[in-house]
Amino acid sequence: MTNEALKIKMEGLLPGAAFEEGTAWLTLQTVPEEFKAFATQLRSDPDLLFDYLFCLTAVDWKTHFTVVYHFSSTVYRHTLVVKVKLDKNDPAIDTVSELWRTAEFHEREAYDLMGISFTGHPDMRRLFMTADHVGYPLRKDYEDPVNMIKL
Amino acid sequence: MLEEIGTNDQGDMIINIGPQHPSTHGVLHLVITLNGETVKKVEPHLGYIHRSIEKMCESLNYRQFIYVTSRMDYLSSHINNHACALCVEQGLQLEIPSRAQVIRVLLDELTRIASHQLWWGALAMDLGAFTPFFYAFREREMINEIMEETCGARLTMNYIVPGGLMMDVHPDFQRKVKAFLVQFRSKIHEYDELVTGNVIFQSRTKGVGILSKEDAISYGCTGPTGRGSGVSCDIRKLYPYEIYQQLQFDEVLEQGGDSFARYKVRIGEMIQSMNIIEQLIDNIPEGDFQAKTKAVLKLPKGDFYSRVETARGELGVYIISEGGTTPYRIKFRSPGFSNLSALDHMSRGGKIGDLMATMGTLDLVIPDIDR
Repeated sequence: MTNEALKIKMEGLLPGAAFEEGTAWLTLQTVPEEFKAFATQLRSDPDLLFDYLFCLTAVDWKTHFTVVYHFSSTVYRHTLVVKVKLDKNDPAIDTVSELWRTAEFHEREAYDLMGISFTGHPDMRRLFMTADHVGYPLRKDYEDPVNMIKL
Repeated sequence: MLEEIGTNDQGDMIINIGPQHPSTHGVLHLVITLNGETVKKVEPHLGYIHRSIEKMCESLNYRQFIYVTSRMDYLSSHINNHACALCVEQGLQLEIPSRAQVIRVLLDELTRIASHQLWWGALAMDLGAFTPFFYAFREREMINEIMEETCGARLTMNYIVPGGLMMDVHPDFQRKVKAFLVQFRSKIHEYDELVTGNVIFQSRTKGVGILSKEDAISYGCTGPTGRGSGVSCDIRKLYPYEIYQQLQFDEVLEQGGDSFARYKVRIGEMIQSMNIIEQLIDNIPEGDFQAKTKAVLKLPKGDFYSRVETARGELGVYIISEGGTTPYRIKFRSPGFSNLSALDHMSRGGKIGDLMATMGTLDLVIPDIDR
């Protein structure tokens, strides 16, 4: 599907979604409440079949977080970027690890380094840091008095 | 190597492999739940070489951050640099000279061959054959010498930079690459004679660590791991960058999904890489090796994503820029990370001895996983 066709399809699936302008891939923003049902549609809709989640990451915008999903279809070769805005104080979103198994590790990474909690994840533990580590290193306000090197 | 042996409440044995185990090729720690010799669960514990490269990059400017990325997948350092350079060039909307493009592709493919050679030797060593390692290093040394002359480094190259190349290639580059091609073409049959056709090797890898096509896509497995399961995922073919669409080469696909299929993909890829190099080595255009760029690079506000095919699979570089000289946030989607996540699924129900073959054919590079 081309970006335009994809956009029309998305407007049908998710009324009121905000689209970003000037991006190479169709990029849309949504809210965590609507995300899980939307993601299930992306995975299973016969016209979409987004079966490949090639990147999952989180961004700290100081006032809020966004989780960014890069979806692609190995059948139709179209790509979609979904950004979900999360609350600063309680960043939580439903897991998609049962839809895309790769999300299991990627979500653990986002939890470990950015402190996003993924509701329903089968194994929500830290991945790189030790279990007793305090704080989330990729956050902008993270301070480590011992190991941090300032440039 | 076995740090701690215990049993859980079902009477299964818990075994630790690593982080200092010779066959993990780095500091990977696996906690394995065993019922007799049968693997019930493999749980990777990561972070022993986590340097938080993504955080570091947030305080490095667009000329500096290339240098840390050589230290992710150190066997594909040229290709890592290439991905970063492409991402920055995409943001700057920079056209780079064709000489630089050709040399970049040549170096990428040389890197891919060198990486697969090391993997080939190390895999055979994991499975108990020591000789192949020396065969692989005989040819790999020639590539390393080419790199040393041209880039001044054998491992962390830092040669491909935004705008083109750090400097021009060494005057001896063409001659040495051709000598390498002659040598490798005449010796690659030894790889098959020594390992591929070996009965012991085949019985240790055929039917071991099976990954179906659907699972490979779901786990995000790319590179030879994905292609061994029949997933067409070669970024050079699907989303061509630089001059790949003008080149004649095949995407090597195997349908088996087992360790032997992944093995055959990599052997096939070495031959394809040689074909690419042969097409280009006599056709390096004259001209500049670098585009004109400003001393300080500033990316406009926005998101930039570049994808390349490293020796292990799809590397994604995702830069979120706020218009400054450093990235606001950068994410490296590393191939090894996703490939490792399938290890538990692939080795369940198999024997612990087979785990080494599965792990070996995933071609894990731990700094790439931990970043």
